[in-house]
Amino acid sequence: MKYTEDHEWLSLDGDIVTVGITEYAATQLGDVVFVELPEIETQVAKGDEIVVIESVKAASDIVAPIDGEIVEVNDALVANPALVNEDPTGDAWFFRIKVDDPSLLDEFMDEDEYKDHIGE
Amino acid sequence: MADTATDSLTELPLAGLHTELGAKFVPFAGWNMPVQYSAGVMTEHLWTRDKAGLFDVSHMAQVRLPKGALEGLEGLVPADLLGLPEGRQRYGVFTNAAGGVLDDLMIAHRAADVFLVVNASRRAHGLAHLRAHLHGVEEVTDRALLALQGPLAEAALAALVPDVAAMRFMDVAVVDWQGADLWISRSGYTGEDGFEISVPAAQAEGFARALLADERVAPVGLGARDSLRLEAGLPLYGQEMDVGISPVEAGQAWSIGKARRAGGARAGGFPGADVILDQIAHGAPNRRVGLSPEGRAPMRGEVTLYATPEGGDAVGRITSGGFGPTLGAPIAIGLITADTPADATLYGDVRGKRLPARQVPLPFVPPGYKR
Repeated sequence: MKYTEDHEWLSLDGDIVTVGITEYAATQLGDVVFVELPEIETQVAKGDEIVVIESVKAASDIVAPIDGEIVEVNDALVANPALVNEDPTGDAWFFRIKVDDPSLLDEFMDEDEYKDHIGE
Repeated sequence: MADTATDSLTELPLAGLHTELGAKFVPFAGWNMPVQYSAGVMTEHLWTRDKAGLFDVSHMAQVRLPKGALEGLEGLVPADLLGLPEGRQRYGVFTNAAGGVLDDLMIAHRAADVFLVVNASRRAHGLAHLRAHLHGVEEVTDRALLALQGPLAEAALAALVPDVAAMRFMDVAVVDWQGADLWISRSGYTGEDGFEISVPAAQAEGFARALLADERVAPVGLGARDSLRLEAGLPLYGQEMDVGISPVEAGQAWSIGKARRAGGARAGGFPGADVILDQIAHGAPNRRVGLSPEGRAPMRGEVTLYATPEGGDAVGRITSGGFGPTLGAPIAIGLITADTPADATLYGDVRGKRLPARQVPLPFVPPGYKR
């Protein structure tokens, strides 16, 4: 598992990266009440705001962590946004990206580095 | 998720207790305020609707005026204050010469004085405004202000101070608790029955702990306070009301007493009376509206509203919006041109897409006041 400074987790399987948000991010957001996901087969560039996530308190975005093509989205989150708080690092993944160059994931933090990043 | 510097923020008298209760703090109007506790906004909101939520609203300004100040205060506020009996409280707004609103406030007529509660964000302005027009304005700085809100608030508070059970909505009383004088009003800003309690700062923590020891009471932060007042259709200064929005447009014309209206015993005599009384008689340019967005996407403050799914001019904007936990759906309050048909579906521009929202009556949740 790799982590971004935007509190996303990335899990690589072949050339497919599954992306979700960390427990820390889910706690910071509070109760999630709305999720809007990207269309599949969309080409995205690193930094694109591709998911809208709203809690009772506020709206925020999730950005594409890496260039690639959206190949799958987790529609269960649209029907049940609370899943983001219940199981952020498991069932509440947001989307899967097919990447050209999996080695680009090496630049992201590992778990220890991420824990340092959030001050744990 | 950036950290905000908290150096210049004022700490609440109960800051230590909030930390102990797992509070997450945010800066608000210059104060370091608990936005939520470990339970989270949703749970705290629903707890307040079901049981009793304890809020620390000590950031609000508490002000005492001399006993005879109601007459002078009528020169600033269009409420019927000379008609306010002793032992009662009334909601009012400070108006400006253009008919806009400078702030809203609670005004209590007590045995010994007149007691006001003014918004934290307008503390300095409100005090200066009062002092410019009235004598003997005294800011109370040695007391905390707590609110206990919800259907079980009476039972929980009466367990400590039994006299409160006899109070009705908007009654005020001074009640002794273990040698501390509590200034209590049966009011609040959640739409629920409940009380606001001004307590000497030195006894505030003991009093709050005594309430929290009751299993019916849980601490509730600023986040749920906002979603509760939104469901209750209650206006927030700076959103539903401001210097450019009249009390008539904000749906607060009810607070302008009959005595202060055209033909009343003391008609007018407040800033902007010509504008406001004309709006009561002939209508205002804009009106407040409750909105129920279709689908799940919340429409938040400043979303532009249209009367058509594409094209056309804007008819207004959302002033407050979000998710209503009691309803399990997004809700919003908007300000739209008065000539917008009342049965028209409106469209809010959310991230470049116009999403439909039905006009619905306010409040979203029926009030639980004990009248």
